[in-house]
Amino acid sequence: MIEIKGIEKKFGSLEVLKGFDLSLSRGKITAVLGPNGSGKTTLIKSILGLVVPTVGEIRFQGQTIFNDWKYRKEVGYLPQIARFPENLKVKELFKLIEDIREAQGNPEGLIHSFGLEDFLNKKLRFLSGGTRQKVNLVLTFMFDCPLYILDEPTSGLDPIALIRLKDLIKEKKNKGITFLVTTHIMSLVEEISDELIFLLEGQVYFKGTYVEMLNAEKEENLERAIANILEKEHAKDS
Amino acid sequence: MLKILKYSFFDLIRSRWSIIYFFFYFVTGMVLLYLSNDVSKAVASLMNVTFILTPLIGTIFGVMNFYNSREFIELLLAQPVPRKNIFLGMFLGISTSLSLSLFLGMGLPFLIFGTFGSDQIMSLVFLLISGIFLTFIFTALAFYIALVNENRLKGFGLAILIWLFMAFIYDGVFLLLLIFLQEYPIEKFAIAMSLFNPVDLSRILIMLKLDISALMGYTGAVFNKFFGNNSGMLISIAALIIWSAVPVFLILKKSAKKDF
Ligand SMILES: Nc1ncnc2c1ncn2[C@@H]1O[C@H](COP(=O)(O)OP(=O)(O)OP(=O)(O)O)[C@@H](O)[C@H]1O
Ligand SMILES: [Mg+2]
Repeated sequence: MIEIKGIEKKFGSLEVLKGFDLSLSRGKITAVLGPNGSGKTTLIKSILGLVVPTVGEIRFQGQTIFNDWKYRKEVGYLPQIARFPENLKVKELFKLIEDIREAQGNPEGLIHSFGLEDFLNKKLRFLSGGTRQKVNLVLTFMFDCPLYILDEPTSGLDPIALIRLKDLIKEKKNKGITFLVTTHIMSLVEEISDELIFLLEGQVYFKGTYVEMLNAEKEENLERAIANILEKEHAKDS
Repeated sequence: MLKILKYSFFDLIRSRWSIIYFFFYFVTGMVLLYLSNDVSKAVASLMNVTFILTPLIGTIFGVMNFYNSREFIELLLAQPVPRKNIFLGMFLGISTSLSLSLFLGMGLPFLIFGTFGSDQIMSLVFLLISGIFLTFIFTALAFYIALVNENRLKGFGLAILIWLFMAFIYDGVFLLLLIFLQEYPIEKFAIAMSLFNPVDLSRILIMLKLDISALMGYTGAVFNKFFGNNSGMLISIAALIIWSAVPVFLILKKSAKKDF
């Protein structure tokens, strides 16, 4: 579904992505892991065309994404930090995005399952962090897309919302939808992901399944496996 | 793009700043017409206000609106919309909204005083045209500066500096140069200098239209002498069109490569 070749990104002198290849298979949930600042968001933003890579090629369903915008009709994106026009009411925001996408969304079911009914007439700047994230989720999932890219989808969510989110992802996956998800919540990775990518120092350090990662590091849980990798790298550096 | 234009347009036109801006021109126009009851004189007085205020308002709203719309821009960028439509739509939304306040605020008093039949009304039309040009030009410049500078304070300062320079400092420097270079044939140089300042260009345009040689000033007189009234006005308008196009082109170029 997505092919990335030799992607490099520099912000001034800071090299964030140092040239790697990556492909996402259709119908799978791929989790991107890595320490803070390892370039997960930068990678995702490059796929969406928000960040322009310094070098490299990105293809979506065989077509290059550079200078294209129509492919975004088929991508649902959940940003890590939700940024909204703060003076809009929640329902006005849903309407605005429907207007701009020129598509009819289906927010009702989502509004109900995240319990947002009472917030529809509130202005966005008055919402709590977790409620904003729920609005963010509705905005992403109200349109049917073959690919969803979720940057830290669980941040700020309460346990009930978290369960609803997991159910939503599983339900979509059963319909053959593809996901790319970044998260620091290892239990989420264990529960939903088919494939796992570990980014470190601008490179793909590991790509494989959850079990393969545990075996490679000879650990019984993911947190320890990752801590292992980071310690090894740390020892190498010093 | 039209949707984004519409959104930006209504967002601004509904704000109280637009209404204040409208009333400022409306009241000033009413008072001037009431006092003088002469279209040419009213236009000449309005001109001095317009050529300072429209660039200032365009500058302030261009910068502020861009910085305040960061969230909106990021939201839009992830949607299936071409980048250039986002930035073009926002810029056109702000500048048409400001232009409408100017147009109504300045036009209505003349309508109320029933001066639309007179021959001199064309000078008001020209003042409106140059005010709208200045609005577009300075909004675009400010938008571009905000796009380039992540730091709000720096962006705001720079944009205001450009306004100060074009509205006040340029003329002073220009005058000094003319005094120093008195002995030389500097008419062509003076024409070239004027082309580089949209505020000067607008002033020349109105002076040529009003045809009051006492008010024309040195550059107006030079324009008059070199090109005659009509071609002088055509050249001013052509230069203003170029002035409007260049910053828009820069906005499109810069925004295509920017990371968000
Ligand atoms: N627009 C930008 N300009 C300059 N530097 C940037 C920009 N965006 C990101 N960076 C830098 O790039 C690096 C990678 O950032 P990125 O947001 O991709 O990390 P991340 O893996 O998503 O981290 P986290 O787990 O904290 O979300 C960081 O050092 C960050 O400061
Ligand atoms: Mg991130």
